[in-house]
Amino acid sequence: MRTVFYLIRKEFLQIFRNKFIGKAIFGVPIIQMLILVPAITFEIKHVNLCIIDNDLTPESRGLVNKLEGSTFFVVKYSTWSEKEALAILHRNKCNLILNIPSGFGRDIGSGKPSKILASVDAINASTAQLSWAYLNGVISDYNMNIVTENINTNQVIPLSMIQVTNRYWYNEMLNYKHYMLPGILVILVTAIGFLLAGLNMVREKEIGTIEQINVTPVRKWQFITAKMIPFLLIGLVDLALGMIIGKIAFNVPFEGSILLMFLGSTIFLIAVLGLALFVSTFSSNQQQYMFVAFFFMIVFVLMSGIFTPAESMPDWAQKFNMVNPVAYLMRINRMVMLKGSAFSDIRREIISLAVIAVCFTSFAVRKYRKTA
Amino acid sequence: MQTVVESTGICKSFGETRALKNISFTVDESDIFGFIGPDGAGKTTLFRILTTLMLPEEGTMTVLGLDTVKGFKELRKNIGYMPGRFSLYQDLTVEENLKFYATVFGTSIKENYDLISDIYSHIEPFKDKLAGKLSGGMKQKLALSCALIHKPKILVLDEPTTGVDAVSRAEFWIMLKKLRDHKITIIVSTPYMDEAMRCDKVALIQNGTILAINQPIKIKEGFSRKLYSVKADEKYKLLLALKKYPKTSSVWPFGDSVHLTVNEEDPEESVKSFLEKEGVKYPEINLTEAGIEDRFLELMKSENG
Repeated sequence: MRTVFYLIRKEFLQIFRNKFIGKAIFGVPIIQMLILVPAITFEIKHVNLCIIDNDLTPESRGLVNKLEGSTFFVVKYSTWSEKEALAILHRNKCNLILNIPSGFGRDIGSGKPSKILASVDAINASTAQLSWAYLNGVISDYNMNIVTENINTNQVIPLSMIQVTNRYWYNEMLNYKHYMLPGILVILVTAIGFLLAGLNMVREKEIGTIEQINVTPVRKWQFITAKMIPFLLIGLVDLALGMIIGKIAFNVPFEGSILLMFLGSTIFLIAVLGLALFVSTFSSNQQQYMFVAFFFMIVFVLMSGIFTPAESMPDWAQKFNMVNPVAYLMRINRMVMLKGSAFSDIRREIISLAVIAVCFTSFAVRKYRKTA
Repeated sequence: MQTVVESTGICKSFGETRALKNISFTVDESDIFGFIGPDGAGKTTLFRILTTLMLPEEGTMTVLGLDTVKGFKELRKNIGYMPGRFSLYQDLTVEENLKFYATVFGTSIKENYDLISDIYSHIEPFKDKLAGKLSGGMKQKLALSCALIHKPKILVLDEPTTGVDAVSRAEFWIMLKKLRDHKITIIVSTPYMDEAMRCDKVALIQNGTILAINQPIKIKEGFSRKLYSVKADEKYKLLLALKKYPKTSSVWPFGDSVHLTVNEEDPEESVKSFLEKEGVKYPEINLTEAGIEDRFLELMKSENG
């Protein structure tokens, strides 16, 4: 055990001697949090409209005014030329063209159904759907107005309707920052565990110091343990730092146990450190490692459900996520932080992570024994 | 005298390349045993097997009575290894490196200071300097100190003097000689022929095969023919001309002269006149004593031929 202690002391000495890494280890999480958490959002704040009003009646003006009055829509352009409108859409100057044909106002008065045409830029499908949904909301509101106005003038027709009242749970204000922060915390811990630790390992190989260590009585498990522990600790310190920033800068709620968060991240870190070690045994220099690690990082993070719900991914992707440690921690962090889930709620995730951690680490140790 | 290393029939291949072919040798206690051979001869591979870093495909090697494959754990406590490439932590200071290697062997600098004091005293004034910032000669002294800090019984040095200036090289060999007083067996490899003479025993190695093992003086004596040293103004022209000489047996450049063996008695006059006819100006030919390099080149030639 004393040997492990000496090895760990050496690691810390080297990490903090490196002027850049020593600072970056604590600087990066702060910057990452402050940039990513407020920046990444699926909320649509502004949908730029181009209006083709061929009707020019009080009714058509009323609809446009209603759209302008909503917080989402900004009427950027008005034109009578359909060609020009399409050109504007083509140049990304607007997201949606609303075409009001002549006769729109007349039809409303006459009781005939009126028609309008909306063309949506659907390069980003979810933005397109959201814009469309917002537009629909405004138009059905406008519809209600017409109906009620008509009720006043004509005889009373009883209207039976289903009234829906909803309440958003766990994130009442639909604050995207609250949703993203636990996810960004996962990326943070992954970067420390996977990139830093693996690169450190490969570096010993690249500059040949591992050769010198291998001739000493230092055992493989001691060497591996001494490589893992410093990065495990740094990862957890970064997690704490990230949570403090979340509380101070974004006032993200901490519903669940902080201890449980650390438990999840600890097991997760052992898993990714094991994987880092495994990949490092295949790489003979830092460049090779970087490339492979980057691939793993991207796949793990994007499939984990950080941006898009993992539940709606194809079947095979969900199966893949069974061995994706990032996906488990993503769920654990969000459930514990936002829902206040207890250990019993996330037991399945914790156990799965632990199994992955044991597997990855033992693969790594076995492979490491064979190669070096 | 005790045998410290015994190697029998060691073979090792890397894919198609047969790096070591049937290597057998013994090393006696407190000897300085040198492996002399060109780059790619197999020296480093052999040393990696010797230091338990690599498994041989065939053959066995026992070091200090322990098998390098089965007894590696015990053996590693008693081996000091200095790889050809500087393999200490460049981002740790001189003292931190030494301290680190002392602690992983469960000892301290103080405990074995007498063993390394001769070497370490040269670099001690720079103990707070980063190892990566040291000069070549100093790096070598630090590496040697680190390899010795646990008082090993056997010291393995892979090309320790490559890339080191001439003065440091000479100093280094004096230090090695001193280590013999501590009953440390030293196995060293070098591409430099002049260092061969400083060993107690040398093995000439080429293409994974040992060509000869003996005391350097005996190896030298193995050169049985008369050797002539020929000099002239234009060395290259001289070399070409000598190759044309009908009685030439072998010819190779050696420093500022050319070494020549011929199939005739007292060739001085006829060689000289032949050379002058070939247009070589002011040739000089003298009988000379063969060095270990001459013997090595002769052995290499017969091996290849």
